[in-house]
Amino acid sequence: MQELRDRVKALLMDGTVDRVLGWKAGDLPYNPEAAYFETPESLTEFIYDGFCGANLSKMMIEASKLEGRTLVCLKPCDTYSFNQLLTEHHVDRNKAYIIGVACKGKLDIEKIHAFGIKGIRRIRGSEADVASGILQFETIYGEKSCAYADAMLERCHVCKGKEHRIYDELIGESKETKDADRFAQVEQIEAMSPDKRFAYFQKELSKCIRCNACRNVCPACSCRKCVFDSTRFDSAQKANVDSFEEKMFHIIRAFHVAGRCTDCGECSRVCPQGIPLHLFNRKFIKDINAFYGEFQAGEDIDVRGPLVSYALDDRKPGQTAERG
Amino acid sequence: MQRIGVFVCHCGTNIAGTVDVKKVAEMAAKETGVVHAEDYQYMCSEAGQSKIIAAIREKGLTGVVVCSCSPRMHETTFRKAAEKAGLNPYMVEIANIREHCSWIHKDMQEATEKAVILARAAIAKVHLNTPLKPGESRVTKRALVIGGGIAGIQTALDIADAGYKVDIVEKTPSIGGRMSQLDKTFPTLDCSACILTPKMVEAASHENITIYTYSEIEKVAGFVGDFTVDIRKKARSVDMEKCTGCGVCSEKCPSKKNPSEFNRGLGNRSAIYIPFAQAIPNVPVIDREHCTKFKTGKCGVCAKVCQAGAVDYDQQDEIITQNYGAIVAATGFDMIGLDKYDEYAYSQSKDVITSLELERIMNAAGPTGGHLERLSDGRAPKNIVFVQCVGSRCSDARGKSYCSKICCMYTAKHAMLIRDKYPDTNVTVFYIDVRTPGKNFDEFYRRAVEDYGVNYIKGQVGKVFLQPDGTLLVQASDLLDNRQIRMEADMVVLAAAIEPNPDARRIATMLTASIDTNNFLTEAHAKLRPVESPTAGIFLSGVCQGSKDIPETVAQAGAAAVKVIGLLAKEKLTTNPCTAKADELLCNGCSQCANVCPYGAISYEEKQVNDHGIRETRRIAAVNNALCQGCGACTVTCPSGAMDLQGFSNRQMISEVDAICR
Repeated sequence: MQELRDRVKALLMDGTVDRVLGWKAGDLPYNPEAAYFETPESLTEFIYDGFCGANLSKMMIEASKLEGRTLVCLKPCDTYSFNQLLTEHHVDRNKAYIIGVACKGKLDIEKIHAFGIKGIRRIRGSEADVASGILQFETIYGEKSCAYADAMLERCHVCKGKEHRIYDELIGESKETKDADRFAQVEQIEAMSPDKRFAYFQKELSKCIRCNACRNVCPACSCRKCVFDSTRFDSAQKANVDSFEEKMFHIIRAFHVAGRCTDCGECSRVCPQGIPLHLFNRKFIKDINAFYGEFQAGEDIDVRGPLVSYALDDRKPGQTAERG
Repeated sequence: MQRIGVFVCHCGTNIAGTVDVKKVAEMAAKETGVVHAEDYQYMCSEAGQSKIIAAIREKGLTGVVVCSCSPRMHETTFRKAAEKAGLNPYMVEIANIREHCSWIHKDMQEATEKAVILARAAIAKVHLNTPLKPGESRVTKRALVIGGGIAGIQTALDIADAGYKVDIVEKTPSIGGRMSQLDKTFPTLDCSACILTPKMVEAASHENITIYTYSEIEKVAGFVGDFTVDIRKKARSVDMEKCTGCGVCSEKCPSKKNPSEFNRGLGNRSAIYIPFAQAIPNVPVIDREHCTKFKTGKCGVCAKVCQAGAVDYDQQDEIITQNYGAIVAATGFDMIGLDKYDEYAYSQSKDVITSLELERIMNAAGPTGGHLERLSDGRAPKNIVFVQCVGSRCSDARGKSYCSKICCMYTAKHAMLIRDKYPDTNVTVFYIDVRTPGKNFDEFYRRAVEDYGVNYIKGQVGKVFLQPDGTLLVQASDLLDNRQIRMEADMVVLAAAIEPNPDARRIATMLTASIDTNNFLTEAHAKLRPVESPTAGIFLSGVCQGSKDIPETVAQAGAAAVKVIGLLAKEKLTTNPCTAKADELLCNGCSQCANVCPYGAISYEEKQVNDHGIRETRRIAAVNNALCQGCGACTVTCPSGAMDLQGFSNRQMISEVDAICR
């Protein structure tokens, strides 16, 4: 991390960039937050560790409107989102200085809590450049530990790879953490009977409190005005008439980001209710792959996704409908 | 609040027979905003239209709903009537209670209920209608004809004679199409080449016609009146300007054993070849796949013998971009493959042939010099069996459900010609039905039976066996005598079904013209607009639209030409005002709409906007109204809901759905 902080500081001091978009420590040892740093002094607060899961790509939309260049720290999977935003003309490449930061998997505090590790005072082993494989916790109940891999976010188990898809420079060595099948969960749900599947989503989505965290964090949700906030569509601030309407928000959101979602997993990470929202998007990704061939949004820039391009041998809507 | 008038048409008994029209008018009158409702026998008649005009004037209507037939039929009629009364024509909505309701329901109560709902939906839409004003677009005075067969040639000649420029694009090295492969034509038995060649020559020498042979359509953009087409002129490897057509190159070419497409693979041609003697242009083409020079780099004989120095091995494909006001599809047909019909032994015996192969065998310029002989051993066949409906009128998935229409007549022709030239040959025809509905057609068929002694047997052939001695055994049933037949034959001729050219689907997609399940291009209306595609500016000529013979093809070619001339004669076209429009405050400039737009109508501009006091420059979608066809693809793609279709706005659609669900 020191190397990263020094480099960031140097770039800020020599005027290459006007500000830095990174993470600063939160009030607890496991909740760093996204932050701008505009002076070299402020960088003392700059941190980068296993809890810095936040994808900073979306913040570059606003940063692109600011004067001068913004240095942004992107993990390998964040660069997919950045590419997708570039393709959609939401960010300005010239206004960004991208440091590809190393990633060895990001941590999920909920999982750590689930191991019974609570009252955490200090954590060792979560630094991005240490890969001892063991997390050690100093808690009010004494010393505890768990394996790093066991505390990783779900998305890191289906890691897209350690390569940054876009960057100006790279700092540190990343590690691919994939050890599970990306679509296994989707397949399980597909195998359910329609009634069971409905019940499953009913149960999950009924937890939703409409805090909009998923939408606000989602890099694909980059509309100027979300249809759910617009007065033009009779949907803003609308009270639910029946218990199905709360699901509509998530279903419509999944449709809106279909073909553009890079599967960054931020929606599920930020959901305070622990709803596995990424499953909707993954179902779309799986279907798109099956219908139109493998496609990963954000892998490259200026690529037309299968949902916004047409080829003579495209599947006919009828074939798609048959499959369900 | 709109003041809406609802007019319910009886359409004679077409609607009133199944829908209680009085009830529909009564129910509609209760809807919010409806100040007038009435029913009438024929709303489209002068009297019916006057009722609409009178009501608009007397009751100050601001919107009109006509419950009648499909808007494809009479939307224009009613819009014009409204305009006469001073109402913006786009304030008229049609509730289709005929095709969508009365024609498909039997139960009066059910149909009436549905008609009321459809009326209610249209009323809900009119509440949100806004007056629209159409624009104008230019007409490029040039037509494109795709396909250089008799259909394409005739259409091009007729358009050119009217004084407009026409380009013919033909995929093969010569124009002429299927007709050039035929020997004689029914029912007059005149030589096909003798009547076709003058047309080909006329087309080639016409000052208004440009022919691109060995060329294909690469890309079509634009819309009626102003299409932009990329034509790929494939490398001929011979300079068309320099070549004199002497033919020495073909004679000297060492690669001679290549199946001749023109002779349906029955004969061979050289790698550098002119497909047939009357070919236009009379310029050879090098088949690069079979040419030794292209395969191994060693040869170059043709270039050496060419006095004119016309052979050019380095020639490249050339893309020609041209603008057209109208496009005619004349892509023609081919015969179906017979690989699924093993029972006829087509793949086992050289003496089982298709009718088109027989045309080549009987033609003086064909592989046998016009002598009727077995391709296996050169012997003259003594017993010939014709099998009708091979793949036509077929109920299973192997063949085609339709009647190919031409086979009954050409088989009578073949039978008659054989009996005339070789009277000692026995000719038997197995048929399901003999269909001869054309001028002088039945007389022609009867001559075959009565004067020429052709043996017609009603029944299908079950199997053809290739016997060890090379002769064929035909097993069939005679349905009239109710008996099984086993018959020796020296030659079996299969009347294989015809199907649209395999390229039809690709071409139709490029033209955004619709095609049916058999890949025939669809006409805009089966009876009233038979030579127009539903896509404006696209016209249909010949078999690409459906099976037909030469006289019908020529007649349709002329009809398509008239439609084209009618279009090209206009100075300006009125454009549809129902185009897409972006809300600049909602648009986030993501380009998804531009990506999906099939007409290239959407571009982006950097625009200064004032979003509730925030002034900034944003990247915003801009729709070219002349290019936009109002398909709505952008509106469903736009994640922000910024794109909307004028006249079919999201709100209008939703209000219709709400009205239906109410």
